[in-house]
Amino acid sequence: MIESAILIPLVTIPFVVSLIALALPSNARNTEAWIAGITALGLFILTAMQYPAVDDGGAIRHNIEWVPQLGLNMTFRMDGFAWLFTMLITGIGFLVVIYARYYMSPEDPVPRFYAFLLAFMGSMLGVVNSGNLIQLVVFWELTSVFSFLLIGYWYHNAAARDGARMALTITALGGLCLLAGILLIGQVVGSYDLDTVLASGSMIRGHKLYVPILVLVLIGAFTKSAQFPFHVWLPNAMSAPTPVSAYLHSATMVKAGVFLMTRLWPVLAGTPEWFTIVGLAGMATLLLGAFFAIFQQDIKGLLAYSTISHLGLITLLLSLGSPLGLVAAIFHMANHATFKASLFMAAGIIDHEAGTRDMRKLGGLFSLMPVTATLAMVASAAMAGVPLLNGFLSKEMFFAEAIEHHADSILDTAAPYVAVLASAFAVTYSIRFIHGVFFGKIPADMPKHPHEPPFFMRLPAMLLVLICLVVGILPGQTIGGYLNSAAMAVLGPEMPEYSLSIWHGFNVPLLMSVLALVAGILLYGILKTYLATSEEGPPYFRELKGQRIFERVMVSVSWRWARLLESWLGTRRLQPQLRLLAFIALVAAVLAATRRGVPHPTLSLGNMDLLFTGLWAIGIICAIGAAYQAKYHRLYALILMGGAGLVTCISFIWLSAPDLALTQLVVEVVTTVLILLGLRWLPKRIEQNYDGVSLETRLRRGRDMLLAVGCGAGTAFLAYVVMVRQPPQTIADFFVENAYELGGGRNIVNVILVDFRGFDTFGEITVLGIVALTVFSLLRRFRPAPDNIDSPEQQLLQSRHTARSDESEEAETASIADEYLYMPSVIMQWLFPVIIVFAFYLFLRGHDAPGGGFVAGIAMAAAFILQYMAAGTRWVEERLRVLPVRWMGMGLLVAAATGLGAWVFGYPFLTSHAQYIELTLIGKVPAATALIFDFGIFSLVMGATVLMLIAIAHQSIRKLRAAKLPTAQENA
Amino acid sequence: MELVLAIGIGALVGSGVWLLQRPRTFQLIVGLSLIGYGVNLFIFAMGRLRVNAAPVLSDGGPADPSAYADPIPQALVLTAIVIGFATTALFLVVLLAARGLTGSDHVDGREP
Repeated sequence: MIESAILIPLVTIPFVVSLIALALPSNARNTEAWIAGITALGLFILTAMQYPAVDDGGAIRHNIEWVPQLGLNMTFRMDGFAWLFTMLITGIGFLVVIYARYYMSPEDPVPRFYAFLLAFMGSMLGVVNSGNLIQLVVFWELTSVFSFLLIGYWYHNAAARDGARMALTITALGGLCLLAGILLIGQVVGSYDLDTVLASGSMIRGHKLYVPILVLVLIGAFTKSAQFPFHVWLPNAMSAPTPVSAYLHSATMVKAGVFLMTRLWPVLAGTPEWFTIVGLAGMATLLLGAFFAIFQQDIKGLLAYSTISHLGLITLLLSLGSPLGLVAAIFHMANHATFKASLFMAAGIIDHEAGTRDMRKLGGLFSLMPVTATLAMVASAAMAGVPLLNGFLSKEMFFAEAIEHHADSILDTAAPYVAVLASAFAVTYSIRFIHGVFFGKIPADMPKHPHEPPFFMRLPAMLLVLICLVVGILPGQTIGGYLNSAAMAVLGPEMPEYSLSIWHGFNVPLLMSVLALVAGILLYGILKTYLATSEEGPPYFRELKGQRIFERVMVSVSWRWARLLESWLGTRRLQPQLRLLAFIALVAAVLAATRRGVPHPTLSLGNMDLLFTGLWAIGIICAIGAAYQAKYHRLYALILMGGAGLVTCISFIWLSAPDLALTQLVVEVVTTVLILLGLRWLPKRIEQNYDGVSLETRLRRGRDMLLAVGCGAGTAFLAYVVMVRQPPQTIADFFVENAYELGGGRNIVNVILVDFRGFDTFGEITVLGIVALTVFSLLRRFRPAPDNIDSPEQQLLQSRHTARSDESEEAETASIADEYLYMPSVIMQWLFPVIIVFAFYLFLRGHDAPGGGFVAGIAMAAAFILQYMAAGTRWVEERLRVLPVRWMGMGLLVAAATGLGAWVFGYPFLTSHAQYIELTLIGKVPAATALIFDFGIFSLVMGATVLMLIAIAHQSIRKLRAAKLPTAQENA
Repeated sequence: MELVLAIGIGALVGSGVWLLQRPRTFQLIVGLSLIGYGVNLFIFAMGRLRVNAAPVLSDGGPADPSAYADPIPQALVLTAIVIGFATTALFLVVLLAARGLTGSDHVDGREP
């Protein structure tokens, strides 16, 4: 168990170092390279040391339980196959870091580069070492995200931005499909654990969901591994810095797709569907990629299409469903990673030294940079499959597999021919690269005069080429054992017979190799003059721009279709939308009621209370009155609305809900004050004559009335039906029985809020805080309409009157309340301490009697706003510093700290502790930690309420200042 | 009692729905507040109506659930009242800002 825990740092360290790298200053090139290099090398060595555990089909597994009930665990799992990939990722990662140190220019902000690169490495290690499929998808999507960030590293470059966006769109879309496929697998198998899924291959293949699973998983793999027709993103990703291309788009990320196909090979492969879909995609990609590569003028473009073609080769090998094909596929993944990474590095060196990657402008570089040229030539030979190099070995295995008979299908018959043709193309583009860049005349218009790069820039490519050679000459002694354990990890103990050696005698695969070599050379001879001056891209196909099509589709989906839908379904007008909403709610409710059948309630007038009926008669009059007056008489409507609120409040008292009544009452007060403050900014509206109402308006009003009456009657009916039914057994009993026992309080509602459902309340006060801050920031930039700039008429009259009667300077700033509301204003000021004491009283008794943080907070806010009303904003703020944002912050922190405090004692978040403390003189005092939490609620609610009220109140003085100028002139 | 309250809820919601379809922002804010009262009462009524049975335990001993009103709807409605106040404030501010920016207090930001 301890030893298996090694997998956790293996995946997490790159992310941690990535954060460190991000924090370094932007000119710390060497430090960045050092820490990234040491990380990659350290992980490489760490992985190498794990080999004994994964040899011969063994695996390291480490499980961290997260939500075991849902089958969601963090499982890290490394077997021989994952080990091989981990070695590639860390090893090539290390070399790329060295290379990038010399490639990146001093002007580039390197912290971002290394941070993304390391984070990408971590994501990739997460993909290959995941033992849980959901976890694998998460890391998979992370590789897409970091690939996006790395491709777009030079974000000032439009091509980089477009390439990054395209790569993300395609691969992330594939990732979503993969997630859907994995979820289906989870449905079929009942587990997301990789080992369990691998053991249920026949169950999945026999299931009716097999085809959907296969298609979804394959879309994920194909998009990632740039298989036809999803390959378009890879050539466009070449606008990334070359180290990124070398690492992501040749050696690692694009291998994730074929990695996944290999990982799930025992589960999904071997069926006709698998053979057809995977084989077709692989064959098309192999052939088209190789063909397109010949006609690229950009070196990186050539390498990109070559990568596509090689990925197609691997896919084709996997499609065959034969164990030997699988061994060859794994072998080729490793080989391709080594030679392609070194080729990309060589391309970067050429670009760096010559200033261009366009092969039409390059030539004769062999004489200027012989070492780099030799390295590139050896690597290209490996790419073309020349003997004595690793590419030759895996290609021979591919040929051997291609001529075997696997299935009665035209694909299988065509395989050998396609293989030879694609190999011939590969020879052609390899020769073209070497001949076009390193031989021939040195063109006069080369942007820079190239020479050999620094030794350490060549070193990574040199090491990789060395591996190509060693593996190519002595395969059995070098890679043999590792390849064996990697293949065994996928295939299990029944391994096929195969031999890794250069010489197998004169056989058909050798003949095919020779044929491909000769044909490739001949083809280059024919095309040479054409290619020297041709345009970018293959003939005929270059008109069919993948990127153009992609852009077209994106524009259609994200813009045209959206507009179309909007024009069909949308309306700019709010009223029809709300009308439709209410109408649909009504229809849905009526349908549900008639379909399911509602018990017809018997009208019982037995417990009618005359007083209660009278109360609600007032309430109904208030509600309808408010609706009637809201257009022309806003103040009346506000008062009537308050009346309806008051009736609601009294009903709460009547019906045994004292807490609700208290809260409703104080909220009613502050809401009314708030809206009163806002009324001043609304336009004047004078009642018009009713004679001029047209028939159309009458009809419209009739329709609205009908809908309103329908909704009202429906709600009333529903409420009545529920109220007269026998209540079901609910969890309320638990709360009542345990409020005192577990929560230490007698007021059950308060105990539910601050203890049982404390987390909900925590979320709610957070929302309240956010709303208050939103209100505050919206009002900071508040611009009233022109007709509201002047003070209201009444206020102007009053000010003039005050100015005449009182000569002092203070008169201008004094509040209206000073004059004709003198008595109420004095009372309001005196009430300040009284309300504060009352608020604390409400707060302290909250746990045992009606009260609590919510109502105390609002009551306290009312105390402050009363001061504002009584004496004016300036007077209050000269004497009293209310810091509502601090109160809010403190409230939230106190509430969170109370919750976290439970962790200290080993309990879940927000577990409360309650006991009564015996104090001398005072007696028994409740001391639940819930009280501290309730104080957090109090503080936040108070702060939020005060903040909103003050923010609106402040608008008046802001505008008064603006409107003061003409008044001053008048006086003068 | 149930019937009266049900009719009251209906009147509140009906008035609110009428106002929702009106063109002026102030009408909308009053309408939403009225619907808010109605909905709060509706949720509260789901716990059935009890008189003189406030969910405040008289002593610390074992409690009999049937002696108290259902505390859950009350707890739900209590936070709903406070959040309702916050959203009313937010709506009011948006209303004022829209009125300032467009010069109109029509819900669409322009006179029809």
